[in-house]
Amino acid sequence: MTVDAINVPTPRRGSLKSSLKRNRRWALIASYIFLVLFAIFFLTPPYYMIVTSLKSDAEVARMATNPWIVADGITLDQYKLLLTQTDFLIYFKNTAIVTICVVAITMVVSVLAAFSLGRMKFWGSGILATGIFLTYLVPDTLLFIPLFQIVRGLGLLNSYWSMVLVYPTLTVPFCTWIMIGYFQSIPKELDEAALIDGASHMQMLLKIFIPVALPGIIAATIFAFTVSWAAFVYPMAFLYSSDQLVLTVGTVTSLIRADVYKWGMLMAGALVAAGPPLIIYAFLMDYYIAGLTAGATKG
Amino acid sequence: MADVLLRNVVKRFDEVEAVRSIDLDIRSSELVVLVGPSGCGKSTTLRMIAGLEEVTSGEIFIGGELVNDLPPKDRDIAMVFQNYALYPHMTAFENMAFGLRLRKFSKSEIRARVEDAARILDITDLLLRRPKQLSGGQRQRVAMGRAIVRHPKVFLFDEPLSNLDAKLRVQMRTEIKRVHQKVKTTTVYVTHDQVEAMTLADRVVVMNRGQVEQIGTPQELYHHPRTRFVAGFIGSPAMNFLPCRLEQNGVGMGVRVSDTVVLPVPEASAARYRGAIGRDLLFGLRPEHITEPRRNDGSEARRGREFSATLDVIEPMGMETMVYFSLGGTEVCGRVSPENAGTPGEAMLLNANVDHMHLIDPETDLVL
Repeated sequence: MTVDAINVPTPRRGSLKSSLKRNRRWALIASYIFLVLFAIFFLTPPYYMIVTSLKSDAEVARMATNPWIVADGITLDQYKLLLTQTDFLIYFKNTAIVTICVVAITMVVSVLAAFSLGRMKFWGSGILATGIFLTYLVPDTLLFIPLFQIVRGLGLLNSYWSMVLVYPTLTVPFCTWIMIGYFQSIPKELDEAALIDGASHMQMLLKIFIPVALPGIIAATIFAFTVSWAAFVYPMAFLYSSDQLVLTVGTVTSLIRADVYKWGMLMAGALVAAGPPLIIYAFLMDYYIAGLTAGATKG
Repeated sequence: MADVLLRNVVKRFDEVEAVRSIDLDIRSSELVVLVGPSGCGKSTTLRMIAGLEEVTSGEIFIGGELVNDLPPKDRDIAMVFQNYALYPHMTAFENMAFGLRLRKFSKSEIRARVEDAARILDITDLLLRRPKQLSGGQRQRVAMGRAIVRHPKVFLFDEPLSNLDAKLRVQMRTEIKRVHQKVKTTTVYVTHDQVEAMTLADRVVVMNRGQVEQIGTPQELYHHPRTRFVAGFIGSPAMNFLPCRLEQNGVGMGVRVSDTVVLPVPEASAARYRGAIGRDLLFGLRPEHITEPRRNDGSEARRGREFSATLDVIEPMGMETMVYFSLGGTEVCGRVSPENAGTPGEAMLLNANVDHMHLIDPETDLVL
């Protein structure tokens, strides 16, 4: 549309403007309705968890009261019991150690792998890159049986260090894939300029690529963090003694005894366990979105 | 400052021969422009000089040293890219200082050099900005600054102005020439724009299909093209090419360009064409040499150079007007004064200044 076309005065200009306004208002109203519906849908479970975790065992067990509100007064007993009477803190510590190690290993391996596969053209790099992604497509429910043999062979059965070994099989392929895409979106003149400026490949990676690809790296970090924090199948298969368990499996096995569910503590445990990912997301959200949509638009 | 020599340089990408045996002597502190259509091998040649592409065969010398196997950083060159290739997370200062820092220059030396380059390029105020906060022209200046601070033996420019708008391009062209005159570093400049090549270069290398068509000063290329390609590539609008036959015309020679029009061959060039009498050739004449008859040059010698043509299209350019007409079935462009330009469909008397004509052998595409 040219400027002239916009400026042409028409007798119905006022009505046109108001119809545009009306259109926009309806679009907004529709957006809000759906956003509220989605928000309710997704926030109901956490709400239920919070409410339940603030009740006493007696109130949880009582069928007569309204489950959506705390009727007998708020109590933090469930949290106290969880932190003092169970091995929750050990699970938390184990999970934190495993996750930090896994994230570190994943990022080192996948950044180096992605840099070499995405930027240093060599024979077979394309096939290797695809191969790495294909390994991600094999579900962990299939892999845990052969991995069980490997972990046992290494003598790491029932040790949370086995998790540091097996989680990267889930995280490295996907993170490498994200990073390959990110590195490839960086114009090749940038490394040529760095080469001419006198940078070695390592300097190029550290001083140019990692800073430029930071949003991608953060996206990959969040992914690796989430996967290893929330993994269930592998710890379920490889860990059994209480001092080695991680949060996901530990909470479930220690708080569900046969058909007795300690609902209050389960909910409290789940909420506390959800804390670290929540904090990480909150701080890195902007980067995460930028990382996932990299290359969608220019500049 | 150093000279750059290319000896029989060949570059093959799998089956495709991008550069076929190039020989080039670039003298110290000369500004040489490689020009040609896209895919002619000019950028590949530049990248081989930079060390960004390996040479398939042949030798490249910079300052007398064989550099075939030297990595880019050891060749003492600096390069400016079409898309600037600035590091987005660094300020203009850091961008320019990066190469010096890697080479472990002292902080004071780095500061002095960057500020010096910034002064030359008039970007002192922009040193603390990041590339995102700079306009296209400013980014290109920073990219040039990054090259200048290194004080390299050779500057390499890879289509540095192609991303700029027309006005800025002309401005930066002058800027590059000014910087070159100031720092006097040997420069190899690649472009597909023949105007850029003509205005910037000490010497122009015209490339086509991986080969050098001709090397010469802008004036040489314009007045004495050696091949049909160079004749057609240099000059805007392009030279007219008309199929013709060279005939004996009494004592002289004539070029028959249509059933009715036979243009006389000037005596000065008659000897050169004698061997080609009776052959079918291509007649080449630039638009600026097809004008309205000018009264003050109406001497005896000019006779027979005038012909009448029906104008098809008129393009007023302000200072002059382009007229298009058909001659012997080929579209021809002429350049006349605005006040003499007729209207489409009208017949107009035109004068062919055959002193500037070229005859081309259509089999070899060489200018006779």
